[in-house]
Amino acid sequence: MPAVSDSALLKVDAVSVRFDTAEGSITAVDDVSLTVKQGEFLSVIGPSGCGKSTLFNVIGGLLGNHQGEVRVGGETVSGPHKSIGMVFQEESTFPWRTVRDNVAFPLELIGMPKEKRSERARHFISMVGLDGFENRFPGELSGGMRQRVSLARTLASEPKILLMDEPFAALDEQTRLLLGDKVLQIQQQIKQTTLLITHNITEAVQMSDRILVMTYRPGKVKRIVDIDLPRPRTSEIVGSEAFGRYVAQIWNDLREEANRGLRDEEKHALQRGSGTA
Amino acid sequence: MTTVVSRPRAASAYLPRLVGLATVILALLLAEAIIRIGWISQFIVPPPSEIAASFARLFLEEHIVHRFFYTVGECLVAGVMITVCGVGIGVLMHRVRLLQQACETWVAALASAPFVLAYPLFMVIFGRNAWTIIMMGFVSGLPPVILKTIEGISGTRRVLVNVGRSFNLTGSQQFRKILFPAAMPTIFVGVRLGLVFALINIVGTEFLINFGGLGQLINDLAERYDLGGTYAAICFVILVSVCFFMALEQVERWLRPVD
Ligand SMILES: Nc1ncnc2c1ncn2[C@@H]1O[C@H](COP(=O)(O)OP(=O)(O)OP(=O)(O)O)[C@@H](O)[C@H]1O
Ligand SMILES: [Mg+2]
Repeated sequence: MPAVSDSALLKVDAVSVRFDTAEGSITAVDDVSLTVKQGEFLSVIGPSGCGKSTLFNVIGGLLGNHQGEVRVGGETVSGPHKSIGMVFQEESTFPWRTVRDNVAFPLELIGMPKEKRSERARHFISMVGLDGFENRFPGELSGGMRQRVSLARTLASEPKILLMDEPFAALDEQTRLLLGDKVLQIQQQIKQTTLLITHNITEAVQMSDRILVMTYRPGKVKRIVDIDLPRPRTSEIVGSEAFGRYVAQIWNDLREEANRGLRDEEKHALQRGSGTA
Repeated sequence: MTTVVSRPRAASAYLPRLVGLATVILALLLAEAIIRIGWISQFIVPPPSEIAASFARLFLEEHIVHRFFYTVGECLVAGVMITVCGVGIGVLMHRVRLLQQACETWVAALASAPFVLAYPLFMVIFGRNAWTIIMMGFVSGLPPVILKTIEGISGTRRVLVNVGRSFNLTGSQQFRKILFPAAMPTIFVGVRLGLVFALINIVGTEFLINFGGLGQLINDLAERYDLGGTYAAICFVILVSVCFFMALEQVERWLRPVD
């Protein structure tokens, strides 16, 4: 794969995060190490509650009290790093700004003149396929469109690493597949180095060069799978045989974890139930 | 086709208003009848028809328009003061957590305090002039603006704050570009409430200290025992407040982005 060079742009080294809660301390992320190379698309997949968002926040520099180290281009991250652009799991557009002003937000911060940033914003708006919606407010858009606005806003800051936390989790399957195409297109267009967090196997296999499977509680690295599918890809690849094999393999890994997650939650619910009875 | 569909819809849109208007007219007719029959003395409440007839007099002899603008002016000054100080204090209380923890409860208590009763104190401090009236409006309208400002800022969704952090905003950028705009709709609710409180207290104080605009007019007319005029003026004030409230709601709807 020519676009991927060998140098590690992002290096996560033995990161652990513990939370102290009323029910004792829980280890959300346990000794996770990973690297993302220049131009690479890495997905982190794991069942709900396994610590994906926690890892996301650590890499993004939003969470301080972790062990281990996150390095971006050799620099240790302590706080939000300018090379990392984040797209959040929850809806995060600014409702008081139009689509254009949302996307132009990072350009405004670096003091780009108004004319120029409108033009730049338009470029990124059309990249996510929202031409013609520049003057709308997020409230007038569907959930999928808002998520694309968030993506365009992050892309406009031209981050070296795009960090996304289940950006399409709240969307229906069709929209998700089509948006996946959009992300693939963008990634092929600008060779964007990307770390995608997801719990959707199809999405992960469709887009990634490598997939990191996480275990449930504590969130450890279970396996790293190389996805050797040809690029450029589209959502059509979903029907191919090789694709099916990868999905089956990862589902095998995940099923155990997801089961453990379910049992754990049931046990907790039972304990809470008997505690109050 | 379209006419068939749109006609019942148009009728159903106007029906509530029509019925609303009909109930008002019915109530007035009822009042007229009860007073004419003599169940309520005409010397306490004049019949609605007499009140309506007095309206013309308010405009021709009592210069009610001039007085109206006097009261509006007082409200404007109080409104600007409420907005500037209320938002300022709210922001400060949000910034200094100790201040918020210490004072939020009693600011909330002040919001429901009957400030009108303190008018003699204000008269002693400011004298019998417009400032007493404005300050009464100011003090009574301030608490809701403070409370709603705090509520709006601290109610900003966490993820929006995180977006700001991920873009490396400084503290003041975070406030100007995210917290404050996110709080705007809530702050405006506070300003609207504050203005309504101020209007009530301003007219009340004008009445009590017999100075200024509409409130004083009511006081004057009552002292002259001009019952028709008094009630007409009261109706006028009610109409003004209703229109004022509706206008503010319109402005709010217009300011608030769809979400
Ligand atoms: N601030 C916090 N305080 C205490 N516990 C937390 C905190 N944040 C997360 N946790 C716990 O850490 C675990 C991992 O949470 P996290 O949000 O990272 O999961 P996730 O993999 O992103 O789940 P999902 O797929 O549902 O988004 C959960 O059990 C959660 O309850
Ligand atoms: Mg999550």
